[in-house]
Amino acid sequence: MALLQISEPGRAPAPHQHRLAAGIDLGTTNSLVATVRSGQAKVLPDAEGNYLLPSVVRYAPEGIIVGQAAREAAVEDPLNTIASVKRLMGRGVEDLKHLGSQLPYAFVDADTPVPRIRTRLGAVSAVEVSAEILRVLARRAKEALGGALDGVVITVPAYFDEAQRQATKDAARLAGLRVLRLINEPTAAAVAYGLDRAAEGVHAIYDLGGGTFDISILRLRRGVFEVMATGGDSSLGGDDLDRAIAAWMLKQAGLEQDLDPASLRRLLRDARRLKEGLTEAEALPWEIRLPDGRQFQGTLDREMLHQLVDPLISKTLSACRRTLRDAGVSPDQIQAVVLVGGSTRMPWIRTRVGEFFGKEPLVDLDPDQVVAIGAARQADVLVGNRSEEDLLLLDVIPLSLGLETMGGLVERIIPRNTTIPVARAQEFTTFKDGQTAMRIHVVQGERDLVKDCRSLAHFTLRGIPPMVAGAARILVTFAVDADGLLQVTAVEKHSGVKAQVEVKPSYGLTDREIESMLRDSLDHAQEDLHLRRLREQQVEAQRTLEALRSALAKDGDQLLDDQERNRIRAAMAQLEQQLQSASDAQTLQAATEALEKTCAFYVERRMNQSIQQAMAGRKLEELGRDL
Amino acid sequence: MLDLSQNYFALFGLPVAYELDEEQLGERYRALQQQLHPDRFSDASDQEKRLSLQASMRVNEAYQVLRDPLTRARYLLDLQTGEPMPENENTQDSAFLLEQMALREALAEAKDQPDPYSVVENVLQQLDHQEQDLLTQLPSRLESSDPRHQEEARELIRKLQFVRRCRTEAEQLEAELDAFG
Repeated sequence: MALLQISEPGRAPAPHQHRLAAGIDLGTTNSLVATVRSGQAKVLPDAEGNYLLPSVVRYAPEGIIVGQAAREAAVEDPLNTIASVKRLMGRGVEDLKHLGSQLPYAFVDADTPVPRIRTRLGAVSAVEVSAEILRVLARRAKEALGGALDGVVITVPAYFDEAQRQATKDAARLAGLRVLRLINEPTAAAVAYGLDRAAEGVHAIYDLGGGTFDISILRLRRGVFEVMATGGDSSLGGDDLDRAIAAWMLKQAGLEQDLDPASLRRLLRDARRLKEGLTEAEALPWEIRLPDGRQFQGTLDREMLHQLVDPLISKTLSACRRTLRDAGVSPDQIQAVVLVGGSTRMPWIRTRVGEFFGKEPLVDLDPDQVVAIGAARQADVLVGNRSEEDLLLLDVIPLSLGLETMGGLVERIIPRNTTIPVARAQEFTTFKDGQTAMRIHVVQGERDLVKDCRSLAHFTLRGIPPMVAGAARILVTFAVDADGLLQVTAVEKHSGVKAQVEVKPSYGLTDREIESMLRDSLDHAQEDLHLRRLREQQVEAQRTLEALRSALAKDGDQLLDDQERNRIRAAMAQLEQQLQSASDAQTLQAATEALEKTCAFYVERRMNQSIQQAMAGRKLEELGRDL
Repeated sequence: MLDLSQNYFALFGLPVAYELDEEQLGERYRALQQQLHPDRFSDASDQEKRLSLQASMRVNEAYQVLRDPLTRARYLLDLQTGEPMPENENTQDSAFLLEQMALREALAEAKDQPDPYSVVENVLQQLDHQEQDLLTQLPSRLESSDPRHQEEARELIRKLQFVRRCRTEAEQLEAELDAFG
């Protein structure tokens, strides 16, 4: 791809090798992988023709089993069969206290920040379990495409916080995948729908999956998908509907709530079957074994089902109301409502969502597949296979970012639903005479007290010159890039002392842990890390050269004089030579950076020209509109 | 050089004025992001990525400010007077403040009411009316460079900020009711 591609709409840039990319929907209940081939996004089936891979991993005596076979063993081997692991992603030991009773696993009682589940093949974290699922999907894609993947887009619930997102990225790294981007599930769904029907206007995406609920409001306009607001609940999903039904069954049978793991699994499975069966049937019989060996028999009809799930549906609709307000639109301004997630197959949910928005929801795309398809589209764009429709996603941060101030209060720096990339700065000061250091505590969440928010990172700005209280001027900047990665910088303005941190959640896995896991995993035993870095750097260098060559061919004569052109050519020749001879990544990286520095002025000139053309084009079009 | 230092109106090729065509603003915002957004440079050199990130952030910030009538008014006033309006200044209008206090008290007591949602809804509606009323007074004050008018505009902005803060409180309360109710 060229330097600052200035391509006319509808015309594709110079052809280059097609890169292999995939979109992965890593779901609570099921996972899928999709890819774009000859302009068509398709979900990839396994050898038996199944699209859905149950997100269940069994640590069996003979080895690790993923998918349907694992799910079938859940009742007989509950402690070694991990399902709904997404609910544990990015969760600390503390969080388990809320979720613990719902999860029929044996957790290791060790002093680690990340909870680990005991299995017969050793203790595993949620990240490792998820990596197993990703490996199976990656293999499926590799076989279908006939080559290793250059990159993937993985979807996450919009309401996932930093820790949950980081855990997802860690799982991908562990599975040996390069993550181009994490995108939000409802946004991916909107992309699939929007591109499918060339839709315009404001859309609401109601996404009720197995373990999470998301609502997103998006504006679709000529290939630009602008997220206006998102909201939801990262611990509310179809599983909870099952649990509500299961609790009712127990109560009917006069049983206690705490069951052994196998009975709990069986009960939840029966509850899910009842829920699904009542889509067709008016009423269904069920039974449960009593302690004395007799069977208790009951019946669940639709009306009772509705009563049981109504409180949960109402919770989702409250979130819809708040999110609409954040987006500044009323329900009647919504062009279309799109339903996503297996749980939205339930007719009663469709009815209630339809009533809320005052229009029939769209269900014609398979709610299970739509997210993976949208992710595949975005992966195709991000990996560099630019499509003609010039899809662009303008996403937002789902939760407010701020820092701790006096008295355990939160000062919000970037409010939720702010479009990224974004940078915001705020000035703070010292509150003690002679104070030379300031601790900065970065938090995420909507509540006013630090203790109610999620702690993301701590760092300390040192070397502030001693001054009277209130005299120091400390500028704290929060910058979130297009990937949603947060960087926080603090600078004391008189002295220029500076400290910064790239935010990684306090209790995610460390890089060292990941590297050691990578080394341990069989897939990578032979891969030399040093060589891999060199190869990555070679690709980077080639990319820079290729970009420059095509830029020069395009407008080098127009934007540069002879002397400038020669200077750039000479610098390029130098990098080309290093590319042949350099045997370590650092040398090559330095050479690449040197070339970029030499061309800085040229890149800026091209950026300027690109903007001027964009504005000029827009004005012409507007003129056309007025006429 | 890429001129990111030009004012927000100029960045979108719009006249420096309070009244603007929101449709046009949105169109130009999207056109710029189509060119500048880091996703357009996923395959480019690190340097281009940095530049695009910077430009995209600036365009987002400008759009955010101009899209909202309150922040737009404030920004315009800052341009006109050449100095930024102090952050946490409050209005001294006692009639207005009394009105606001009554609303906040209603919110504070909402949780003990039989139908707390309707209390919140009611407060939100009143805040909406107040906001609309204040916004309609803004344009005429922002058209002239008369210092008296500018002070009046500043006072309207202070009040609007007050109304917005109260609205945030009401919305937060509602979120809490949803979570724990």
